Amino acid sequence: MSQTNEAPEAAIVLDRVNKWYGAMHVLRDVSITIGKGERVVVCGPSGSGKSTTIRCINRLEEHQQGRIVVDGTELTNDTRALDTIRREVGMVFQSFNLFPHLTILENCTLAPIQVRKMPKAEAEELAMSYLRRVKIPEQAKKYPLQLSGGQQQRVAIARALCMKPKIMLFDEPTSALDPEMIKEVLDTMVGLAETGMTMVCVTHEMGFARQVANRVVFMDRGEVVESGTPHEMFENPQTERLQTFLSQILRGH
Amino acid sequence: MSATTSDPRLAPTRQAPKQRMQLSWTDPRFRNLVWQALVLAIIVAVIWYLVGNTRHNLEARHIATGFGFLESTSGIPIGEQMIPYTSGASTYLRALTEGVLNTLKVAIVGVILSTILGTIIGVGRLSPNWLLAKITAVYVEVIRDIPVLLQLLFWYVLLQGLPAPKASIRLGSAVFLSNRGIKVPLLVWEDAHTWALVAFAVAIVLTFLWRRRVHRQRDLTGTAPKVWPVALALLIGLPVIVWAIFGAPLTIDMPQLHGFNFSGGGTITPEYGALTLGLVIYTSAFIAEIVRSGIQAVAQGQWEASQALGLHRGQTLNLVVLPQALRVIIPPMTSEYLSLAKNSSLAVAIGYQDIVSIASTILNQTGQAIEGIAIIMLVYLTISLSISLFMNWYNAHIALVGR
Repeated sequence: MSQTNEAPEAAIVLDRVNKWYGAMHVLRDVSITIGKGERVVVCGPSGSGKSTTIRCINRLEEHQQGRIVVDGTELTNDTRALDTIRREVGMVFQSFNLFPHLTILENCTLAPIQVRKMPKAEAEELAMSYLRRVKIPEQAKKYPLQLSGGQQQRVAIARALCMKPKIMLFDEPTSALDPEMIKEVLDTMVGLAETGMTMVCVTHEMGFARQVANRVVFMDRGEVVESGTPHEMFENPQTERLQTFLSQILRGH
Repeated sequence: MSATTSDPRLAPTRQAPKQRMQLSWTDPRFRNLVWQALVLAIIVAVIWYLVGNTRHNLEARHIATGFGFLESTSGIPIGEQMIPYTSGASTYLRALTEGVLNTLKVAIVGVILSTILGTIIGVGRLSPNWLLAKITAVYVEVIRDIPVLLQLLFWYVLLQGLPAPKASIRLGSAVFLSNRGIKVPLLVWEDAHTWALVAFAVAIVLTFLWRRRVHRQRDLTGTAPKVWPVALALLIGLPVIVWAIFGAPLTIDMPQLHGFNFSGGGTITPEYGALTLGLVIYTSAFIAEIVRSGIQAVAQGQWEASQALGLHRGQTLNLVVLPQALRVIIPPMTSEYLSLAKNSSLAVAIGYQDIVSIASTILNQTGQAIEGIAIIMLVYLTISLSISLFMNWYNAHIALVGR
């Protein structure tokens, strides 16, 4: 694989990252390098450490060993480094996590105003442009709980984009959605991929992986087992663990 | 019927058909009506009996009813005075007013202090600091398990157990702790102070205007000066300037030890001190749990989403977590305020002259039991309804839209 000379252009470098929950070793020497503009899908059975891995990238979880470098900044205990990284990394969650006491528009403008110190009018204009992109500008004055799950998730994507991040993390963005709403969210993500955004996505949507991903990383029991292009991974899995996983996924669909 | 008029879709306003009630025990609507009529009849009968019985007994004992006794001269000595009152010269009405003011003094100070203390302890229990979390947990578990009356007696005995004035404990140069209460220096009030207070009120208004201006500027440009330096200058500077213009009078009435007692200064009596301290400590343990549960009721995902957007811990708490936690906190907090106000009637046990204590004494002296109890009930009802109304208004003000 030609990852060796990508280092200066890398958006995210995970270098032998380890993490324990008490005695449980949940991440074992995880090393992944993600280039700028690359779109990586992380998959694996539940409990494989895929969510923990991407949550380490913006330090919603702390790693205990190894290095994480995001956009040239190493993630350390220094709060300035963390501030810089969180400003450049957007995240979308499985359960949306919109702020229920704020309108859709306020959800989108909160961080630009508070963190980026952007004038309110400018932040609102920016928010409306992203809400138009995820195709729900008419809901701007409503509150999150008045929207359907698919709409809420699209707002969550718009909210993250309003910070103009260089990298977007998706933690199982469609797992909490009804089947008829999955497509609208995936379409939004495909549209985002076309803009050249660096994306890391934990998902079981293999169709999405085929269509969008440059690379698929398969994790199991806290380690990276196999990685490659979607074509290589799905047509010609090298390890037995990936074969088992793929057969289970396909049976489920 | 002809086909042209009977088509219901053509009728402009078609109403739901009226459902007729069957006079049958198997029709739930009929059954409900019968039960409700029965309950109403029982209530009316009970009230009828109580009123009739009371009137009969009052007549048999030759007790006059009415509130005329309020104008008679009261012979109750009152130690805890908010307004001028002389035993043997003032009326019962004035004595009752004194009682109401004393109750309010405990309730208002108690609500404010227990909210502050309770919030600090509740947030402390959630602290990642092990020692702080454990100390606050022990506080809550111990305090809320001991009956409040016992706690009041404990504080009262403790304050009574302080040394006599001659051997009083000095805090700093001018605060004395003794079994006569806590003696503190008192400012001699002059016109200049009243005007300084007015200036302070004006400063508050100006601060709000300044804050609004800053917010508008931030909305326009994204950056704006900080609010607090100007606010601080206004709030402190303006009253000080006004006070200086009026000649800056500053006479402080210092407590002085003369023989066996103090003269001058202000006093917090052992009764008031024990009652307020006891109620604040007891209620704060419950408020701490309400605050803790409120903050914990906000989903972890809210913290994560806010932090992932780059907001700091303080911004997250202020802008995301607390606005949601308040909605869970306010309704049970109202109950705690109501309990505190009503628990203040335990004042009788330690000899603090609140409304219950004074009204009971009047009741004993005049024999106007029904009027006395009615006054006590009316006072508590008014206080409780005021708290409820205010808190319900506040709750509606911050209610979650869209849920």
